[in-house]
Amino acid sequence: MNSSLVLLQLLNGLQLGMVLFLVAAGLTLVFGVMDFINLAHGVQYTLGAYLTAASTAYFANFGIGLIVGLASAAVLGYLLELLVFRVLTSRSHLEQVLGTFGVILIVTDAMKLIFGPAPISFSAPEALSGMVMLTPTLAYPLWRMLIILAGVGVALLLWLLVARTRIGMLVRAGSTDREIVDLMGVNIDRLFVLVFVFGALLAAFAGAMAGPLISVEPTMGDNIVILAFVVIVVGGIGSVRGAFFAAILIGVVDVLGRAFATTLLKSVIGASAATAAGPALASMLIYILMVLILMARPAGLFSASGAT
Amino acid sequence: MRKTQISALMASTLLVSAFAASATVSAEPVKIGFVATLSGPSAPLGVHMRNGFQLALKELGGKLGGQPTEVVIVDDELKPDVAVTKVKGLLERDKVNVVAGVVFSNVMMAIAKPVFESETLLVSGNAGPSPLAGAGCSPFFFSASYQNDQNHEAMGAYAQAKGFKRVVLMTPNYQAGRDSLAGFKRYYKGEVVEEMLTPLGQLDFSAELAKLAASGADAVFTFMPGGMGVALVKQFSQSGLNKKMQFLSAFTVDETTLPATKDAAEGMISGAQWAPNLENAENKAFVAAYEKEFGAPPSLYASQGYDLAKLLDGAIKTTGGNVSDKAALRKAIAAAPFKSVRGAFKFNANGFPIQDFFVVKAVKRADGAFVTQMQEKIFSAQSDAYVAQCALK
Repeated sequence: MNSSLVLLQLLNGLQLGMVLFLVAAGLTLVFGVMDFINLAHGVQYTLGAYLTAASTAYFANFGIGLIVGLASAAVLGYLLELLVFRVLTSRSHLEQVLGTFGVILIVTDAMKLIFGPAPISFSAPEALSGMVMLTPTLAYPLWRMLIILAGVGVALLLWLLVARTRIGMLVRAGSTDREIVDLMGVNIDRLFVLVFVFGALLAAFAGAMAGPLISVEPTMGDNIVILAFVVIVVGGIGSVRGAFFAAILIGVVDVLGRAFATTLLKSVIGASAATAAGPALASMLIYILMVLILMARPAGLFSASGAT
Repeated sequence: MRKTQISALMASTLLVSAFAASATVSAEPVKIGFVATLSGPSAPLGVHMRNGFQLALKELGGKLGGQPTEVVIVDDELKPDVAVTKVKGLLERDKVNVVAGVVFSNVMMAIAKPVFESETLLVSGNAGPSPLAGAGCSPFFFSASYQNDQNHEAMGAYAQAKGFKRVVLMTPNYQAGRDSLAGFKRYYKGEVVEEMLTPLGQLDFSAELAKLAASGADAVFTFMPGGMGVALVKQFSQSGLNKKMQFLSAFTVDETTLPATKDAAEGMISGAQWAPNLENAENKAFVAAYEKEFGAPPSLYASQGYDLAKLLDGAIKTTGGNVSDKAALRKAIAAAPFKSVRGAFKFNANGFPIQDFFVVKAVKRADGAFVTQMQEKIFSAQSDAYVAQCALK
């Protein structure tokens, strides 16, 4: 376990964290502002990957493919809001969970119908799929580096939007006390549409960036949305800043756990027991972390409403 | 003396009437219950297996052994409990003569008991779990595919023969994954630097690949079916590891995943019992017909589904269309009365095939399609490792 390997694993954790952040940002805003549980947020991630892959193949250009893919994912997100989610926002959490779960089933099967059940082809542009030398001896995949940079860029942009603009102010106010904002004469429904479509766009962007790394298949959004919920619960519901730091924390802990849990356990409980226990412990680690954080801070690390 | 003659006469009369009865029964269509995983991330495997089966049936004019045939296809959803419910429906409601198919071993283990209890024949189109090959073998079970360990064993033998000194093993953390490691290590005697077990369904391998790069191994052996394999292959190539070490696998790089990985998988080595370019007339005809029908090259799962239908066809032909005499049908299947697209094929005492295993390589064909291609034969007429533990003779 040398220092450059640890550094690489930290970068890997950061990269996973950035993908999680892009998905969690929209989720936390929608949950925070509208008190709306959107299980189907992972669908936007899937749509982003599929639509970008399909339009990249069609235009034979990743740049155009990304723009067309994200635009169409945002339009679909808007349509979903208009047709389904708008009806659900005033309902109970249970009905929201059931309704959005239905959306997952429908979109997953629609993807299967259109693109087939098998993973589809999607690779990074040739020029961006090599390695980048961080030091003369330390190489890191360029595409993963780009994801980190894109994530940090989006985080900065979001911070500017939320902290420095009028819409951002309304979003912050909305996540603190929705009724008051409504009574002050703000069209909270329109605000919600805006927040929702923006969140959908970010999740689609995450899918489009992760697509060339992972396998683009109909159920790809299912796992990521569970992790995104862990992120927003740890970070504090409604807090973009919380989502950012929690995503990095979850990403780094998950990767370090997978990388070193077995090795570290070997020195404690012996090789054969460690081979069995290490992977199990590694996959539980983030949930253990979530429980510990919630015990210390029940509202998450950066609670938006300031309540405990 | 006379008494025994009479009873013999009576017995044979009974037999004849029983035969007459079964002859009338066989005017009913032959009913096959076909179980496959057709939804969820692993659906492509089941779809290929079903496509292969249906292609063969179509070539046979919709008949098995010359008999009108009805195939009831059920989706096990890769959930053993769902599979058991649906298979009980096949046995009790549809009264199928044979249960066939099954992609995943956990599904196979779940449905084996109810199928055997109803004394119905179970012919696997893919899954070949070790308990059914060894102590838990059954006279009602046949496999038209392989025993699970064997493709991994072929890779172990290849790594040993090629002189790879240090190998990292990597598989999802579940039964079939751990079995694959056991199969590989049965023939590989070099140093296993590390065994990495990842959560089932994991799609980002950044942590594992960084460790792999630092391990200094000559080769990595892996078993990552479906989307996991697609993700691993893409990330492995993207991190430049494909230039540093050999990628060995089984059930990871095949015609179900190559359309997604394309060039990223080029040159990768797998263990298999079949490849599209195996030189025999049946295989040539099969591959051409499959590509014409489905517009993409077949995978080994498709070849197994195809062989499965041809096996049943040959067996039902042998019994003269009689599927209700189970002992006769069993005997007919055991003789493997068909020409496999794999070439030489016969059944062992435990109902698993004795067949050849190959090293195959992922290549880009002249028409741009990515396929696996046979490189060399690793095992000839290979039996599985468990047949000695099976009480059937």
